[in-house]
Amino acid sequence: MSILVIAEHDNESLKSATLNTVTAALAIGADVSVLVAGSQCQSVAEAVAKISGVTTVLVADNAAYEHQLAENMLPLIVELAAGKTHLLAPATTSGKNIMPGVAALLDVAQISEIIRVESVDVFERPIYAGNAIAKVQSLDAVKVLTVRTTAFDEAAQEGSASIEVVASVCDAGKSRFVSEQVAESERPELTSAKIIISGGRGMGNGENFKILEAVADKLGAAVGASRAAVDAGFVSNDMQVGQTGKIVAPDLYIAVGISGAIQHLAGMKDSKVIVAINKDEEAPIFSIADYGLVADLFEAVPELTELL
Amino acid sequence: MKVLVTVKRVIDYNVKVRVKSDNSGVDLSNVKMAMNPFCEIAVEEAIRLKEAGIATEVVVVSLGVKACQEQLRTALALGADRAILVETEQELESLNVAKLLAKIIEEEQPGMVILGKQAIDTDNNQTGQMLAALTGMAQGTFASKIEVQGDKALVTREVDGGLQTIELSMPIIATTDLRLNEPRYASLPNIMKAKRKPLVVKTPEELGVSIKEHTKLIAVTPPPERKGGIKVANVAELVEKLKNEAKVI
Ligand SMILES: Cc1cc2nc3c(=O)[nH]c(=O)nc-3n(C[C@H](O)[C@H](O)[C@H](O)COP(=O)(O)OP(=O)(O)OC[C@H]3O[C@@H](n4cnc5c(N)ncnc54)[C@H](O)[C@@H]3O)c2cc1C
Ligand SMILES: Nc1ncnc2c1ncn2[C@@H]1O[C@H](COP(=O)(O)O)[C@@H](O)[C@H]1O
Repeated sequence: MSILVIAEHDNESLKSATLNTVTAALAIGADVSVLVAGSQCQSVAEAVAKISGVTTVLVADNAAYEHQLAENMLPLIVELAAGKTHLLAPATTSGKNIMPGVAALLDVAQISEIIRVESVDVFERPIYAGNAIAKVQSLDAVKVLTVRTTAFDEAAQEGSASIEVVASVCDAGKSRFVSEQVAESERPELTSAKIIISGGRGMGNGENFKILEAVADKLGAAVGASRAAVDAGFVSNDMQVGQTGKIVAPDLYIAVGISGAIQHLAGMKDSKVIVAINKDEEAPIFSIADYGLVADLFEAVPELTELL
Repeated sequence: MKVLVTVKRVIDYNVKVRVKSDNSGVDLSNVKMAMNPFCEIAVEEAIRLKEAGIATEVVVVSLGVKACQEQLRTALALGADRAILVETEQELESLNVAKLLAKIIEEEQPGMVILGKQAIDTDNNQTGQMLAALTGMAQGTFASKIEVQGDKALVTREVDGGLQTIELSMPIIATTDLRLNEPRYASLPNIMKAKRKPLVVKTPEELGVSIKEHTKLIAVTPPPERKGGIKVANVAELVEKLKNEAKVI
């Protein structure tokens, strides 16, 4: 087995999703290299070199890779795929953007969002919004996989891999980064937070999310949302938890004013402990909540802040 | 500019699926089928481009069994001009869909192709990206805004950190995210009119694509059941339980 993992980073720091992906890779085999493609990303390469179990860090440092545009990343990864048996990336928006194209150019399938490695060619993944788990065998010579990060622990960071420079530069010239609107927050990232408090349509408006933030500040939690809350413009899209948003599995998930549609449950039902606060005692969210509180959120949430 | 849109026939998003007792798959007999919600958004975007005078023709494509014609007729009723069904009884993996679509693109030469970001049955989120790689077209995935400016398109994408805007050289492949638009409903007169709009049927053989099996489905099982918990009487009890019973705060 010879495995290549594509690192997720912002040119300055390594994203923890890479650590979960390395754990999935090590469950397949021991020869794991990691590609860091970016611009002025030496500090990322050094962080990757410390991930336990990684043998080699490949660094492609060029302006063409600054924003990891698919058109430029594809030829690079396809070149590095020579001799590899498995190519893995986290199932983040970046991994999802890039890996299917790599698979297509290699004329192999991609197996999306694996949650378990059974053997070198058999993997499990959720389908139908997590209402079924498919066990899939790859028949291809090269396995292209994206990894659901919540299903694998983070790899330790006590290693010392060698760092190699990749010289080839691919600038397809078909796409250009223009701008980004990144939500700045002092709170932990949704996908790696230990505690999450999420609001739904029941919050009424964006201003009211302040009462969730007050709880989050006390607990060191991240704040999430349902699709309805994002669609209504209460909060930004990066906060959406669910089948088509972010998949989370914190130790504690508190759902506030969220009914519990299957698409929302798909994104949070693997949380260790689930709390639901909803004024409708029939709300489906209660069927999966460890602790349900039937109450008006505008009374219950401020009280919760006080008691914490 | 011609715009090509893909529509996939999937289980209606409101239906809770059940795994078959022999673990061979999910039970799709007698369940309501519908257009994949992300494809509805794709159709809507194409129609809006036409209404804005940017698109001249909207062609919808579906691949699969004969019954996919229902979803194609729905798209025609919403305002698409003509439809293509690539008919096959075989299971189509995303790579096969992308290869078939690449052939159709060769024939149709669209200026833009819009797909859903993900089919809500397989949850693959692959086909658009694969198609971009196979055709060499630039890709704007998870789009929440698409603006055509001459031979370029500005696409705003929903990414993990927030929103990202990229500029792509036309022709492009876009995949839709939830906030791109709010799809309309078809009116009764338009549903009637759609029956007379052209719908051609092709086969994979005619397109010169042989369907290859890249993966084998070994088993489909239900996810681990999460058993419901208890109702607490008030906030104080909730805090007490979280501290002393669950020990998570
Ligand atoms: C293709 C597709 C993809 C989707 N993807 C996602 C996804 O990724 N994530 C997602 O979340 N959804 C997703 N959805 C949407 C999903 O089907 C639901 O519509 C959505 O989750 C509902 O959000 P909600 O629970 O906030 O709103 P609602 O269903 O309207 O529920 C609001 C709840 O708030 C409660 N409430 C109201 N006021 C109060 C109060 N004062 N105090 C206490 N409780 C109150 C109500 O009792 C109700 O239960 C998707 C849908 C489709 C079709
Ligand atoms: N059989 C199909 N027929 C039509 N469109 C499809 C088909 N399969 C995939 N697509 C398109 O590709 C998108 C992404 O699908 P997937 O990659 O399977 O999640 C869907 O939203 C559709 O727009």
